[in-house]
Amino acid sequence: MATPLRLKELSKKEELLTGGHRLCAGCGAPIIIRQVLMAAEVPVVAANATGCLEVSTTIYPYTAWRIPWIHTAFENAAATISGVESMYRALKKKGKIDRKIKFIAFGGDGGTYDIGFQSLSGAMERGHDIVYICYDNGAYMNTGIQRSSATPLGANTTTSPAGRVIPGKVQPRKNLTKIMAAHGIPYVAQSTPAHWRDLITKVRKALEVDGPAFINVLAHCNRGWRTSTNTTIQDTKLAVETCFWPLYEYENGKLRINYKPKEKKPVVEFLKTQGRFKHLFSPENEHLLKEIQEYVDREWEALLREEGMWREGSEEKE
Amino acid sequence: MGKKLAVTGNQAVATAMKQINPDVCAAYPITPQTEIMQRFASFVSDGEVDTELITVESEHSAMSACIGAAAAGGRVMTATSSQGLALMWEMLYIASGMRLPIVMPVVNRALSAPINIHGDHSDSMGARDSGWIQLYSENAQEAYDNVIQAVRIGEHENVRLPVMVCMDGFIISHSIESMEFLPDEVVKEFVGEYKPLYSLLDVDNPVTYGPLVLPDYYMEFKRQQHEAMGNVKEVVLEVAKEFEKVSGRSYGLFEEYRLDDAEVIIVILNSAAGTAKDVVDQYRDKGVKVGLLKPRLFRPFPYKEVAEALSGAKVVAVLDRADSFGGFGPVYMEVASALTTNGARPLMLNRIYGLGGRDFMPEHAETVIEELKRVLDSGKIEKQKDYLGVRE
Repeated sequence: MATPLRLKELSKKEELLTGGHRLCAGCGAPIIIRQVLMAAEVPVVAANATGCLEVSTTIYPYTAWRIPWIHTAFENAAATISGVESMYRALKKKGKIDRKIKFIAFGGDGGTYDIGFQSLSGAMERGHDIVYICYDNGAYMNTGIQRSSATPLGANTTTSPAGRVIPGKVQPRKNLTKIMAAHGIPYVAQSTPAHWRDLITKVRKALEVDGPAFINVLAHCNRGWRTSTNTTIQDTKLAVETCFWPLYEYENGKLRINYKPKEKKPVVEFLKTQGRFKHLFSPENEHLLKEIQEYVDREWEALLREEGMWREGSEEKE
Repeated sequence: MGKKLAVTGNQAVATAMKQINPDVCAAYPITPQTEIMQRFASFVSDGEVDTELITVESEHSAMSACIGAAAAGGRVMTATSSQGLALMWEMLYIASGMRLPIVMPVVNRALSAPINIHGDHSDSMGARDSGWIQLYSENAQEAYDNVIQAVRIGEHENVRLPVMVCMDGFIISHSIESMEFLPDEVVKEFVGEYKPLYSLLDVDNPVTYGPLVLPDYYMEFKRQQHEAMGNVKEVVLEVAKEFEKVSGRSYGLFEEYRLDDAEVIIVILNSAAGTAKDVVDQYRDKGVKVGLLKPRLFRPFPYKEVAEALSGAKVVAVLDRADSFGGFGPVYMEVASALTTNGARPLMLNRIYGLGGRDFMPEHAETVIEELKRVLDSGKIEKQKDYLGVRE
């Protein structure tokens, strides 16, 4: 029987990522990991790409992980977990293990969108029974806020600095969630730790499917986003309320948007809270704010249209 | 006794893998290794092995998946060549640093550029500092025997390190020669059951593999790898002794060929050693005191034992099928280091041969022996490092 989705009940569960790790105050990553591990109703084994989460939770001789955990390198969390999962199947087949165990890989956006993209795509195509969770904080935060292909348009990072000639990152972010959906795997979703019920529900679905699943989770980073340490949840909520980061899922290829704001807030509401977008509010960059709004609108409308097509399709059948 | 069959080197290695029946194998095709994986995939498809085969999208992922699988507590194998090994580079150090006894046949092939698919040792020689045990094989029989012994060597409780078993691309991998196979049940019994120390699948006793280790502890981890390597020689000899009981074939740390009273000695490994041994015989018939030493265990390198074997030598020619541009060949460097351990000071030559699969012919061995004789007489070396069979 699954633990009911009530904070009171969930809070009784054992914390599988203990306190005492060295992640920053207000970091989105450990909030996500705790919710993910809270969602699991069977033992899980995790692989972790190199990054903040990995270095800050396992400084030898300590570890914050109360589950079996492995880190090998930066670009290969998906390949590593596919090896672990294959050994599980091999030993189960031989009768050397009989327990039900599930397998999760964690990677930041650098380890997932960029350097780990090939190994992620390969593992998904091979159909391993794994869940890949990307905590997307929109840059290489561990090495000091360098731009990745997940960095939003206009963001100021140390390798896309807002300079006198170039106003921050000039490209929009890669839509990895849709690219993963295009792999035709059983479950793909996008969520945030500010929507804990949404995230835990999605992780449960991802763990339940027989085959690969991918969840992209927005991870607030106060160092890189240039905010104070106590606005993690409210900033994250703004990403959803402005449709910068919509909550949606693909179940067996069928899209469902899990939350549609009654009144979609302008994207500047999300941007203005963060120092990484501060330069966009000077008069000469006004066109960029417009461009960002247009980009967010275009993506959101495409999502609505796609969901509409599914609805029309199912109505026709009925 | 086992069956005698005419097979390619790749077929020999694939058969060894079938008889070992590893729990997981993750691999990616590359010439000249491909035939091993094709044959192994057929064994999987036909139910001749129980192995979970992961057909990864790159060699980097092949080694990553092997590491994940080995940390999950079972027996793991893969195979590769050349660029594939180069792409694995990062992960080789992680496999050995995590002390995971993965066994990997390496079908030696030249590295690009220029691209070349034929046999030389630049791939595995470049990986000699990656913390893997390296065994070299002259022919299909040795490759087969080494792969089976590698499982026991790597998994030994005093070792727990990954092992590369090297054989020459095309020259051995694609040539057909007669060799003897052990019966399936003999191999099964010889390799035995794998007993992991720490498994990721032991969910009641969770372990953290691959933590961040800072300057306060890192060096102890590395010192322990050195310690484990130090135990390898003894284990290799112990496993060889047991292997001889089931196969009748004897192995050591290296092969000594007509070394007893030899004044001039050739050191050479893998397939070209076979050619050179024939030429040594011809010169012995003419009364020349020439011998040959063929390294088998290259990592860890048996410095003391090699020095002892070469202690009577007056001139030594070390032949390398890999180059270190701006330096001596890798085998030469080890032999030269070995000779510093016992005070013996023979004159030494380094000859680079066979790069990119160029044939090593008997006349090349003759050229070397003639030169060794000249140096023995004159006591003078004209060129310490030179190339055989190359257009100047």
